[in-house]
Amino acid sequence: MTVAIELRGITKRFPGVVANDDVNLTVEKGEIHAICGENGAGKSTLMKILYGMQPADEGTMKVNGEVVEFTSPNDAIDCGIGMVHQHFMLADQLTVLENVILGAEPTVGGGRINFHQAEAHLSKVTEDYGLTIDINQMVESLEVGERQRVEIIKVLYRGAEILILDEPTAVLVPQEVEALFDNMRELKASGATILFIDHKLDEVLEISDSITVLRHGRTVATMKNDGVTAHDLAELMVGSELPTPDTSESTVTDEVALELRDLAVRNEDGRQVVHDINLRIHRGEIVGIAGVEGNGQGELVDAIIGTADISNGSIAFHGRDVTNDSVRKRREAGLAYVPEDRHQEGLLLSSPLWENAALGHQTQAPYGSTWWLDRGGAREQTERIRKQFDVRTPSIEVSAHALSGGNQQKLIIGRELTSDPDVLVAAHPTRGIDVGAQAAVWDDIRAARRNGLATLLISADLDELIGLSDTIVVMLRGEFVATLSPDEVTPRDLGAYMTGAALQNGGAA
Amino acid sequence: MRKISISLAAPVGAFLLTLVVSTIALMAFGSSPTEAYADMLSHASKLETQVDILNRATPFYLSAVAAAIGFRMNLFNIGVEGQYLMGFLFAAQVGGLVSLPQALHILVIMLTAMMVSSLYAGLAGILKTTRGVNEVISTIMLNAIAIGGLIAWLQQKWQGDLGENFSSTSLGTKPIDESGLLPTINGLLELVTREVGQGKELTGMFLVAILVGIAYYVLLNRTRFGFDLRASGINPFAARAGGVPPKRMVLAAMMLSGAVAGLIGMTELADTGKFPPDPIQGLGFQGIAVALLGRNNPGGMAFAALLFAFLDVSSGVLDSTGAASREIAVIMQGIVLLTAVVAYGVANRFRERDEAREAAEVLAAEREVVPA
Repeated sequence: MTVAIELRGITKRFPGVVANDDVNLTVEKGEIHAICGENGAGKSTLMKILYGMQPADEGTMKVNGEVVEFTSPNDAIDCGIGMVHQHFMLADQLTVLENVILGAEPTVGGGRINFHQAEAHLSKVTEDYGLTIDINQMVESLEVGERQRVEIIKVLYRGAEILILDEPTAVLVPQEVEALFDNMRELKASGATILFIDHKLDEVLEISDSITVLRHGRTVATMKNDGVTAHDLAELMVGSELPTPDTSESTVTDEVALELRDLAVRNEDGRQVVHDINLRIHRGEIVGIAGVEGNGQGELVDAIIGTADISNGSIAFHGRDVTNDSVRKRREAGLAYVPEDRHQEGLLLSSPLWENAALGHQTQAPYGSTWWLDRGGAREQTERIRKQFDVRTPSIEVSAHALSGGNQQKLIIGRELTSDPDVLVAAHPTRGIDVGAQAAVWDDIRAARRNGLATLLISADLDELIGLSDTIVVMLRGEFVATLSPDEVTPRDLGAYMTGAALQNGGAA
Repeated sequence: MRKISISLAAPVGAFLLTLVVSTIALMAFGSSPTEAYADMLSHASKLETQVDILNRATPFYLSAVAAAIGFRMNLFNIGVEGQYLMGFLFAAQVGGLVSLPQALHILVIMLTAMMVSSLYAGLAGILKTTRGVNEVISTIMLNAIAIGGLIAWLQQKWQGDLGENFSSTSLGTKPIDESGLLPTINGLLELVTREVGQGKELTGMFLVAILVGIAYYVLLNRTRFGFDLRASGINPFAARAGGVPPKRMVLAAMMLSGAVAGLIGMTELADTGKFPPDPIQGLGFQGIAVALLGRNNPGGMAFAALLFAFLDVSSGVLDSTGAASREIAVIMQGIVLLTAVVAYGVANRFRERDEAREAAEVLAAEREVVPA
């Protein structure tokens, strides 16, 4: 039994966050090793370090017993490590063969590509590992599962014997997942070592030989897949400590602030990913949505804020139908939004803080009006946000990118809550921020709830979900499959509902 | 202090580097750099040359503002060229056909130019919002369609009366009545200088360009629309989540860019009184360079437009003095653009790093106060 990869004491810090904290990992040669953990647990950072995309701040890496130090993915490839990213990097207009050899073309003479040699090498690789694909097909005509296979072949072609698969099942439908697992078993039988990231526990249990669980950037357990249950894993992933955010007494009223009726939403590809959602959120109520990422939560959020393609049903704020209203109209009607990714959807990174505070409220006082931007009013309001929400910054004139993640988030929470909203949609409001900022954000949301705010909370942090919510609904494959009371549910139960395990056992509430 | 020195370092550095490279270029061609520079400067010190420079800088500036409106929201309107020529032609034709009191006549001509250019730019906007066509591709193609197709065809169709004594000067659209020509503003200029000689006249469009610059500044920095436009340019996803309608913004920015482009040809129209058979071309592309050098900033673009115009006009004297080839102006324009883009990039990185460090220091200082 030889060891393929050994990581010792890997630590990686980003401003305001420790992504990996003294992580240890041992992967044996020829096994399928799963890394699981919640979003933000540090899985992706760890894989990026292993693949040479980011240097670790501390710790040592050994590959096949030799100490290595990677400065770029090329170093990792030289050591026989290959990575298949979640998002494919393929050229649609080229054939499978051309895509595979792209960047590693065998040439003859003055740089002419030796397709003959390439084809021979490629068929040897696909035969050796038992992967079937028509190498002369255009990539644009391939299904998602086949594209993924091309990505795998690409790294094998480059001589990889250790494969890192980053959430390979996230983009696949169930049948494709089966095909992928068959391929993985073939690869293993041919001597490859596979390291794969996943947070769908049933899949992890089905395919892996060993499992390592990360939580808050630390390794909490490494075990053989032998008698482990999904419940055990869920508990390890979320931790079993008591929830810290506590909502105390209920402030729920009987006045409906947000109502979704028979809502169905299509994603960007035109596929319906949210089906028949019915939901009422009252003034002073927080409804939490639990679910493994990619089960329609993102599209549901987009539908409420007004950027998604609604195929059926209606949305109403305080009984007024807003289904066909623009984002701006909804915002003016009292909608606040804390996006999942603050850099992508929340901030103008190169603009000063006061302009960031105005974003989303530029048509309303004190930031502006239909025609004019009120620079003085916006600055005053931003100063108020800075004080009230404890945004630590040298001034409100610095650009947003200068702030740490926690302070950026406090600014966003501040601008959304000071606009006196009726309905708040908060997606992962404390993702990737430090503990202090996290507590502050929880306090702010709780205070707004007392003042009558209706909140839809989406979070992968189950403690947060249980601690803040008045009601928790579980979303699976675009539908609400269970409604639970946070007083009675544990993170462990919730994990079971999210993966569908509890439903199969007839445990739906 | 450090902030100011960083923001000054970029243009000064770019200027010095340009001087070094063009000196080397001049020496490589066997010309005397000192003589060439001296000739250019002494030529530019004459009032009459300065009037020429301002006349040249005016369309440069308008063209730069047109391009900058698109740039501020990451829309690359490469079609300013075709747009302004279309506006120019239609305005000349309409202006030649009507006869109205002076102010009204001028207004009708300018509005026609702005509207036609704006609509032509709007085509690219519609293609982008409905069919997802990249505006770079569509505006380049619309340029070709305008210049090689529509304008060539309409020029023939709208050829004015050639008259009995046919000559090349009678080519072009029907001449516009005196009442439709924007007056020159030598009178204004002579309030602060001596009398302008050699029959040189400062175009009235110079004032219009200043007004456009002010309007551009106000629109961008003081209006809600300008905020939406900038936000869309910096982060379209955040802008959309913040209620900015992305498609409507693309169309509005494109059409506004086109409307300003429509004014570019008005300088020449005020001078010639018609759409000539061979109008000045390339102003649309010069504008892109000027906008780039001026960082889409109203003041910066004014400076850049004057610099480009100065190089263009003052190098004209080199032909007669023989100190160097006048093409050195083109070389200098190219180099200053390249070095400025690089220098601004470097300065920006310094500024960002400084800001991040400053913010981190505030955090660290507060941590020390609170005992752990």
